[in-house]
Order: sequence, then C-alpha cells, then structure tokens
Amino acid sequence: MRLMRGVVALLYFAALPVAAANVPLGFDEPEKQQRYEALLEEIRCLVCQNQSLADSGAGLAQDLRREVHTMIDEGKSDAEITGFLVERYGDFVLYRPPLKRSTWLLWFGPFVLLLGGLAAVVLFVRSRGKIDDDLSPEEHQRATRLLEENDEK
Amino acid sequence: MFRYLIPLIVFVVLVAFFAHGLQRDPSLVPSPLIDKPLPDFSLPLLQSPDTVMTSGDLGGEVTLLNVWASWCVACRYEHPVLMKLSQQGTVRIVGIDYKDTRREALQWLEKYGNPYAASFFDESGEVGIDLGVYGVPETYVLDRNGVIRYKHVGPVTDEILDETILPILQRLRQEESS
Repeated sequence: MRLMRGVVALLYFAALPVAAANVPLGFDEPEKQQRYEALLEEIRCLVCQNQSLADSGAGLAQDLRREVHTMIDEGKSDAEITGFLVERYGDFVLYRPPLKRSTWLLWFGPFVLLLGGLAAVVLFVRSRGKIDDDLSPEEHQRATRLLEENDEK
Repeated sequence: MFRYLIPLIVFVVLVAFFAHGLQRDPSLVPSPLIDKPLPDFSLPLLQSPDTVMTSGDLGGEVTLLNVWASWCVACRYEHPVLMKLSQQGTVRIVGIDYKDTRREALQWLEKYGNPYAASFFDESGEVGIDLGVYGVPETYVLDRNGVIRYKHVGPVTDEILDETILPILQRLRQEESS
C-alpha cells in the first residue's frame, strides 16, 4: 500500500513538467475567452490532423494556440486570425473546409448521391408495380370472365 | 448485352481512382507559399548569436532552405544527402534551426557535419509559423529572387533529390541564363 502511494506520488510529480509545458491559455474577459475557445475548435492541428487546436497536445498546436491568443489580445477579428493561418498553411488548416467552387463536390456530393439513389429506388419500385396491360378489349373481357368464374368456384 | 457490362465498368473506374489515391500521402499539406516570395523575417544566426540576418539576405542565388533541429530524427536520416550536396557545391544550403537549443544544435552539427552556409536560429518557432512549417525536416527551393518555387516536407532522400529537386534546380538555372 505504501509502495502504491509512493508510485502514485512519483507519477504525479513526473507529470507536472508536462502539465507546465502545456499551460492552457485563457482570458479574463469572458467574451474574449469565448472567441478563443470557438476559434480553437475551428482550426486543425497539422501534426495530429484529425484533432482541432482545442484537443491537440502537439508542440505546433501549442505554438498556434499562443499565436491565436496573441492575435485576440491585439484586437484582430476572427476572420483576420483564420486568414492569417490560411495564408501560411492553406485551407486544410481550417477544420471545416470552406465552401468554394473546388469544395462543392465535397459539401454537396453526398446529398446529390442520396437524391440520385432515392430517385433510382422510386423509379425501380414504380416500374415493378406496373401491370403490362397490352391485351385487346376482347382478350380483356375474356380474362375478366375467366377470373370471375374462378372466384365463384 | 451492354448493360451487363456497366457494373464491370464502374468497378474498373473505381479501381483506377483507388490505385491513384492509395499511392498518395494524405497527411501532406500543400503549401500556399509556392511561387510567392519568402516571407520577411529576421533571425540571429546559430553560430554567431550577435549577427542578425533577414530573409532578404537570401536573394542573389538559388538556395535550398532547410528547416532542421537536433531533436529531429528524420533530419539525421536526410543529413548525409545534404552533406553530399554541399560537398559537391551543387547549390547553396541555408538552414533554419527550429525550436532547438543553441548548445544541442551546435553539438549536432559538430557531430554529424555542417552542410549549411549558415543556419538561422528560430528558437521560438515563430518564423516557422510564417513559413508554414508543420513537420521537420522541410526543405524550400528558392530562386535567386527569393521566391519559393518548391517545398518538400519530410527528409530529402537521394531519390527525391534526383527525381524532383535536381530537375527543379536545373530549370531555375536555365531560367537564369535565358
């Protein structure tokens, strides 16, 4: 038991330098803090590319968080901050791809495919249910008569 | 008869797309700085901390700008290629030591050799952000007007040198003489 506590204490202290290196940055003013947090979710960490700056612990993410923090302090707008990053890293740094002509396929493609698929299903079901009625009037009468006879039996 | 071939044709088209796509590295981020001038910066030099140089000082000749660090394992992997390039005098190589300590960087150069005409010392990584650095090592090819013509992310291997970088250098040299 004593050993366990010693190990836990050791691990705690060993983790402190890492925690110190990754000091979360913040603002005193709540609206700046809100902007900061919202922006961090919108910017991708380019090292761990499926994480936003809010989630990533990578060194570059820290640097970029510090950069965003500084820019908010300097009074830059959200657009200026994302513009700054896109200028240096390209569109991929935005977690959500921008809506441009080159990304129309990405944004609308799934819906187009869905509609196309639905249309195909509707057409298929419709064509299946249709009775191929090309009997002449006499043949039609004969068929009706035969079916009625059958029902009576 | 033809409609039975449609699934086969769709399959073949898909295979073509996959064959192309699977050979590419999805984690590579293309640089928006290609064909733009090198962003302005001024940094102290690694080996003479009192000397400050700017990006403007890199004009005048075709240059390879290589971002490296003593903590970067892949940099050690590409180092012999850079050493060979510098010994052959093919092109001027300038380094940017990224988020490093001076002592360890100098030791690293001492131990493995120094292919750089000079190395900038970007201790905080701020210049790295201006250059769009996200994964060391990265190598920029600059023409003599200081315009970024190509960027390679990752270690420069002999293959990459022969297939991509040397042809670009040749093309730039031809531009110069015409």
